[in-house]
Amino acid sequence: MSLPFILFFVFAFIAVMGAVLLILAHEPIHSALALILVMVSLAVLYLLLGAEFIAAVQIIVYAGAIMVLFVFVIMLLNAGVEERTNWSKIAKYAGLPLGIFLLLELAHFLARSGAGATTANGPGASNAAFSTRALSELLFQKYLFPFEATSILILIAILGALVLAKKDS
Amino acid sequence: MTAVPISYYLVLSAVLFGLGVVAFVFKRNIITIFMAIELMLNAVNLAFVAFARAHNQLDGLVFVFFVIVVAAAEAAVGLAIVITIVQNRESLNIERINLLKF
Amino acid sequence: MEFISQHPVLVVSLVKIVILLLVALTTLAYLTWFERKVVAHIQSRWGPYYVGAHGLLQPLADGVKFLFKEDVTPPSSDKLLYILAPFLALSLALTTLALIPFGPATIYIFGQPTKLIIANVDVSLLFLFAITSIGVYGVALAGWSSNSKYPLLGGLRSSAQMISYEVAMTLSVVGVLLVAGSFNFNEIIEHQAGYYWNFIPRWHVVPQIVGFLCYMTCAVAETNRVPFDLPEGETELVAGFHTEYSSFKFAMFFMAEYANMITVSCLATILFFGGWLSPFPDSWMWTQYIPGAGLLLLGIYLAYDTVRNMRGIARMQLAVVTILSLGIGALCLLPSVMPVVQGPFWFLSKVLVILFFYVLTRGTLPRFRYDQLMAFGWKLLLPVSLVNLVATAAWFVYGWVKQG
Repeated sequence: MSLPFILFFVFAFIAVMGAVLLILAHEPIHSALALILVMVSLAVLYLLLGAEFIAAVQIIVYAGAIMVLFVFVIMLLNAGVEERTNWSKIAKYAGLPLGIFLLLELAHFLARSGAGATTANGPGASNAAFSTRALSELLFQKYLFPFEATSILILIAILGALVLAKKDS
Repeated sequence: MTAVPISYYLVLSAVLFGLGVVAFVFKRNIITIFMAIELMLNAVNLAFVAFARAHNQLDGLVFVFFVIVVAAAEAAVGLAIVITIVQNRESLNIERINLLKF
Repeated sequence: MEFISQHPVLVVSLVKIVILLLVALTTLAYLTWFERKVVAHIQSRWGPYYVGAHGLLQPLADGVKFLFKEDVTPPSSDKLLYILAPFLALSLALTTLALIPFGPATIYIFGQPTKLIIANVDVSLLFLFAITSIGVYGVALAGWSSNSKYPLLGGLRSSAQMISYEVAMTLSVVGVLLVAGSFNFNEIIEHQAGYYWNFIPRWHVVPQIVGFLCYMTCAVAETNRVPFDLPEGETELVAGFHTEYSSFKFAMFFMAEYANMITVSCLATILFFGGWLSPFPDSWMWTQYIPGAGLLLLGIYLAYDTVRNMRGIARMQLAVVTILSLGIGALCLLPSVMPVVQGPFWFLSKVLVILFFYVLTRGTLPRFRYDQLMAFGWKLLLPVSLVNLVATAAWFVYGWVKQG
């Protein structure tokens, strides 16, 4: 068991536990914390895959700004304990086993697919980390138009959020 | 040290996506449903980064960058809408927000 | 022993982590002493004087007091979040110290050569910002889990302030990134070697003065210090988000605040003031004796003070400090230790100057009102940092400065 495998299994386990906690939590604030846990462990997995810049951006933007927004809204709306409804019999006795079976089947076929086994150690793969300079060159040359379009998208989102959250005076 | 095969990351991405779908379908609180959407987007990001490593191309990372940016914009507007709805309905339960007119 | 030879990186990292933790926690404690002394002298009084010689044992007394206070937990609060928040704040504040380079020299631990940095990551600047952006949660969750109005308001205000000034802080640093051309701290510091006209050091504070002023203001706001400490001011919100915390958990918030101060000062030193570079040219060989000579002079002054002014047990304590100072000064003059101690000495003295500036602003300025604070961050500092970024980029595009 070499170090990358151990790290992968530990952080994959933490990510899946976080997702399960998101489902099982009684209060939304606990779900938010579970989601932050998932995001941080995914950032570590990105580091394992060599994407250092994306790992840092994931923590700064996703876990450090978007989830802060979620936590603020939960605190502002004073979201307390969630109402529980009883699952219908169909959902409990047929839905859940079928869902788990679907999941296992997907996982089985993905694990046996050709995409994974050959390319990780094959001729095209290398273990060098992705360089930020190359990423920025790609972002500003080949993908310049989407980049500018997303900046306009963010501007529209800011305006939209401002208009929606303003009190009608 | 051999690297972890990419299929492991894809399986993890599928599992997280599946758990996000379960949370989206079964939860009642509207903010928790939003968080399930974010979980699904994160699972997709993991798949993108895994494929970027598999083919050794940076385009996957550019996609991840754009997905994160769009998720930020969507979360901002979505939560503003949620605040407006909750101020009118006084409840965070989506079963109460089922009428098109107030 | 073969464990050490089989896993050299792990053992060396653990040793460095332990040493850094001890040094960091001691520095934290004596930073509180330093602050109380400086603020007291600004206010024409002496500050801590009786606990040890010159109040040097005051941090120890404070620590013991915090440990022995009664640990009151408010009822019906969310227990998990209540306990998690101070741990999160303190552990994140201390984690950032792992990325900071203290010197260029290579030292030998257990026979392994290693640099004076725990984690030399390619994108260390980004990681530092990532860790500080998660630090917001410590404050927000502390406010929420206390289940009371004042802490909730204080927590929300404080975290809103932190995320507002974080944006301006990150943007004001991007100018330095453009000039230096790398995210890595070692490369940023090495880019600042050399001199303008052979005597002004080529530190980034000279081309990026606007960026530095903007960064410093944002850093003071980010760490919730005066003049931006409305969320924890005593006359405003009782004690803000840490009202309901007592004894050790409060001490953890307290330590986390000072650790954040140290971190942003270290970052300012690395980015703007040349990190571990000496302000004197390398050709002036006599400057290598400054650390040792400085400490010896301090020891001599302390010896004079012991003999003339101190009585009783304070005399014995100050005598111990004198001997310690003289000993370390003599150690720094040894030829094998001297090149190693240069980098950390200049780094720590620059950090100390910036911390002195922090404490000076605490002693002199009144605090902002909350709406003034938010307006200042969004309407003044963010446009200033953006203009700085655009101006620096234009400077490069027109080829006046070659990119590093």
